[in-house]
Amino acid sequence: MPSRKTVKRFLMLILSTFAVFLLSACSSEQFIVLNPKGPVGEVQANLIFVSFLVLMIVIIPVLLLFFFIVYRYRDKPGNKSPYKPEWDDNVKLEVVWWGIPIILIAILSILTVRDTLVLQGPPSEDVEPITIQVTSLDWKWLFQYPEEDIATVNYLKIPVDTPVQFELTSDAPINSFWIPQLGGQRYSLPGKSSTLWLEAEEAGTYYGTANNFSGDGFTEMNFDVSTVPDADFDKWVEEVKATNQPFTMEDYQELVKPSIVGVSAYSSIPPNLFEFIVDKNGGKYYKSNNHTEQFDNSRQLELGN
Amino acid sequence: MIESIKNFSSDFFVTGDPLIYGADVSIVLVMVAIIFVLTYFKKWKWLWSEWLTTVDHKKIGIMYLIASLLMLFRGGVDAILMRTQLAFPNMDFLPSDKYNEIFTTHGTIMILFMAMPLMFALFNMVVPLQIGARDVAYPFLNAVSFWTFFFGAMLFNLSFVIGGSPDAGWLSYAPLSETQFSEGPGQNYYIWGIQISGIGSLASGINFLVTILKMRAPGMKLMKMPMFSWSVLSSCIIIIFAFPILTVTLGLLFIDRYFGANFFTLAGGGNPMYYVNLIWMWGHPEVYLVVLPAFGVFSEVVATFSKKKIFGYKSMVFALLSISLLSFFTWVHHFFTMADYKVDAFFAITTMAIAIPTGVKVFNWMFTMFRGRIQMKPPMLWTIAFIPTFLVGGATGVMLAVAPADFQYHNSYFLIAHFHQVLIGGVVFGFFSGIYYWWPKIFGFSLNEKLGLWAFWLWNIGFYVTFMPQYALGFMGMPRRVSTYGWDMGWAPLNFISTIGAFLMGAGFIFQVWQIVYSIKHRNKEGAADPWDGRTLEWSIPSPPPEYNFAIIPKVSEQDDWWYKKQKGLTKVKEDYKPIHMPKNSGIPFIMGGFWFITGFGLTFEWTWMGIIGLIGVATSIVVRHLDNDTDYYIPVDEIERTEARIGGTR
Amino acid sequence: MSQSTAGKIDHHNEEEHHDTSSIKIFGFWIFLISDLILFSVLFATYVVLRTRYSGGPTGAELFEVPIFVAETFILLTSSFTSGLATLGLQQGKVKTVINWLIVTVVLGIAFVGLEVTEFITLVEEGATISTSAFLSAFYVLVGTHGLHVSAGIIWMISTIFQLSRYGITEETNRKTQVVSLYWHFLDVVWIFIFTVVYLLGVM
Repeated sequence: MPSRKTVKRFLMLILSTFAVFLLSACSSEQFIVLNPKGPVGEVQANLIFVSFLVLMIVIIPVLLLFFFIVYRYRDKPGNKSPYKPEWDDNVKLEVVWWGIPIILIAILSILTVRDTLVLQGPPSEDVEPITIQVTSLDWKWLFQYPEEDIATVNYLKIPVDTPVQFELTSDAPINSFWIPQLGGQRYSLPGKSSTLWLEAEEAGTYYGTANNFSGDGFTEMNFDVSTVPDADFDKWVEEVKATNQPFTMEDYQELVKPSIVGVSAYSSIPPNLFEFIVDKNGGKYYKSNNHTEQFDNSRQLELGN
Repeated sequence: MIESIKNFSSDFFVTGDPLIYGADVSIVLVMVAIIFVLTYFKKWKWLWSEWLTTVDHKKIGIMYLIASLLMLFRGGVDAILMRTQLAFPNMDFLPSDKYNEIFTTHGTIMILFMAMPLMFALFNMVVPLQIGARDVAYPFLNAVSFWTFFFGAMLFNLSFVIGGSPDAGWLSYAPLSETQFSEGPGQNYYIWGIQISGIGSLASGINFLVTILKMRAPGMKLMKMPMFSWSVLSSCIIIIFAFPILTVTLGLLFIDRYFGANFFTLAGGGNPMYYVNLIWMWGHPEVYLVVLPAFGVFSEVVATFSKKKIFGYKSMVFALLSISLLSFFTWVHHFFTMADYKVDAFFAITTMAIAIPTGVKVFNWMFTMFRGRIQMKPPMLWTIAFIPTFLVGGATGVMLAVAPADFQYHNSYFLIAHFHQVLIGGVVFGFFSGIYYWWPKIFGFSLNEKLGLWAFWLWNIGFYVTFMPQYALGFMGMPRRVSTYGWDMGWAPLNFISTIGAFLMGAGFIFQVWQIVYSIKHRNKEGAADPWDGRTLEWSIPSPPPEYNFAIIPKVSEQDDWWYKKQKGLTKVKEDYKPIHMPKNSGIPFIMGGFWFITGFGLTFEWTWMGIIGLIGVATSIVVRHLDNDTDYYIPVDEIERTEARIGGTR
Repeated sequence: MSQSTAGKIDHHNEEEHHDTSSIKIFGFWIFLISDLILFSVLFATYVVLRTRYSGGPTGAELFEVPIFVAETFILLTSSFTSGLATLGLQQGKVKTVINWLIVTVVLGIAFVGLEVTEFITLVEEGATISTSAFLSAFYVLVGTHGLHVSAGIIWMISTIFQLSRYGITEETNRKTQVVSLYWHFLDVVWIFIFTVVYLLGVM
């Protein structure tokens, strides 16, 4: 039997470890979702904050009332609070508590619809956006810059203060493309191209990750996103063009095979590769894939299979 | 020859992992021990005639309970293994392939082979007693339900040691679960384990719906029925509408894998997104159908231990039924990140709307306690722990339903924390509360309260320590299902705390097992017939009830009828017995379950001949039963008199 | 536990008397609801995938009007004859019941036979279940109905066997009613298959 003192010391040790952990965990920069670096993430962080507040306004009083009731009406000799075993209905009270959640949900519904509509379009209207085509593969990310005619694998570079239109698809199981500091995620789907708008307001390096389980190498599918001023971005594009090989169809066929790879960059991309990927997994069956018709016209391209 | 046998067996048996060898050895040892004990004490005949062939709903309930506790153990071990792997960054305890298998089996087992059978255990133990019936509407079918569940669960668990476990997540999204990405038997185990036990779930849903609608004691109008039976009715409605969707979904997936069809494949025009829709059209109602009976338990427990009528009976019933209905219109909220924005907005609102009836129920429970006299007995403790846990879990659920914000929560640890909070705080606490509440009724002795208190506190503290940090991890961007992580993101401390919590909950489970074993050894039979001063019919008969439950079917005139009979001193009934019509035991359900197992096993390994043999066996069992006209018998009056005198019934 | 059977006890003497037959038939209706949902999901699947030919043949190229019209005619007739069987049940004529049930079974077998030949022809033309999503959905929807009909045939034969052995009792009466209910249900499902799959397919 350990002495009382030892037990006490041991408990103190555990408690102080907890305290240290909690303090270190609470440095707010680590809560990346709540510290967004772009307008999309801001809309979402605000919505998280507002919905949390609205809910707490109801939940906290209810919790207090609950603890009060449990304490007040406990079965103890001499408890003088009223006891009415047959009191089982009260229309006014019922109206109140059907009313409270209805009002709460109404408020949140309005907020939800408003922000859903906001997130559909580009975050800033007055700046010319850039497009990046994202393909999730087993188990790596392929990023194509169609306007710059370059490609990267497992890392992204984007200009600051420029809306980025990510077009997402998958040539592997369904995945999800998520850069928490810039904003919410969207699924990359085989045979379908979906759109996600993001924008960075601060230069820096952010964490990006795959967020829908896709098999053995899923854990390795995270990537860095560095955001740089416009001029640096153009310089980087030049550099990629100058120092790398072109990306060929053979390279793609190699990349598609399940594997875990490091980062790489390519000086050019095969035309319509993204459309080819969408199409080969059943892209023509979706009306929302707006490029499909255009792609069918350029079918003569030798894309290999 | 020897070489080919060697090759076959190394493919067939999962090899090369100490964990697996450990499991192999323990499975063999347990089986040897069971066979030895049964043989040594000459219990084979007893096992067969009293349990394996029984059609008595109370015994079937007990078998469901035992099986679900075993599955809770298995799923819990999975959870502990996962939390151990995640305790520190860059851990190498489980490689990613093993980790993937373990989170897949954890989810599947906990929902389908733990929560569902625990729910059916309560259905079986309570519903007929509560509505004053002698059995369920179809006792034979009830046994079929149990044995299909049991053999389905066994098939699923076999994957751990033979052939390899499924590893595509508990809902096995296509195309990951297609042959192209998941070759081998693992995924087939998943399909057949669930498919076979799904037959049982659907049959139970039909069975209890008919039982409740058609077999209530005279005078028990629907609006006088106890709340638990109402919750079972709502749950059964969901089962009947949701389970066929699961059957088709998994059927199509198997046809893809076995016949090379193209429902959800990448090539051939398949549509993987359609799979995601289908599986959630079942999956969302599924989680509501397991939580509704827990709500029913809370309603019974709150009224009994507050010594007060349930508050707002009509609005409670309305809330239950509206939850069943709404549960079918929310499935898209599981993939806001996949759907169109307008669709998102619609489903966000329907999802939040579910919070309305759920919130109303919480208020009604609270006002049942208001002006009552609250006794802190074990079932009530779990109920009181449930309310704050569920309030917070429900609130985070509403946060998740806000579609634009969900893009940031989706598939992160925030989501993990949320659904564990509602599933443990709601379903598990609810079913524990129900088990503690009805245990004396079914077994005739009470459980040790002191050990129960230890279990209660360990579970509760463990729960909060495990899952509160996970909300924070979600805000730190930690995705679910990652098998490890680095130091750089700062996820280490909170993960470590979370792991401690998981072990605390594990300790809570050990205390519960100890509690049961201890209470069996030191039987306390005192006042087991009506230990809580109950309100409903099940407390009016001896514990454990005789096989026919009610020697004389009670006449019901009030809601909480037994309570008023006690108040008015009307508990004595005239001992005017009549012969009782009872179903005969049958070995067919067990044998049919065995044939389903053979079918499932054969199709899992794509051995067509074995599948066909199994299916012929199943069909033969059904035809034999169809031809059998000697399925019931009468218990004569003198035997009823003897039994009632022995157990002190009909007070 | 005693297994003694207290001979023939008048059912109406039981105080808890629940009409077993009506309960069982009620439960069967509930089962039909869940079976209907099963078919609804298969129909939904077919509608979602019906244009995904993946370069393979279309419905218009595959379906042969005389065959599916014949299938429809046979199944509708069999539904009628099973109805005649239940009519005989009400009149208490075992012979009539059995004879009409046999006619129904024969028509059922003819239907399944036609469907199997249809499938074999399609496969020989190269239109297999793995050709396209459209064909996968077609085979599974129509095939599931065919399997239901086959199960119904076995069930009906077993019922005929019991009718000939025990005559019309409460038990066989119920079993006949239930199997004929099931048969009508399959007929209704077929009408939807006829419209959604075949008619819209050839149009």
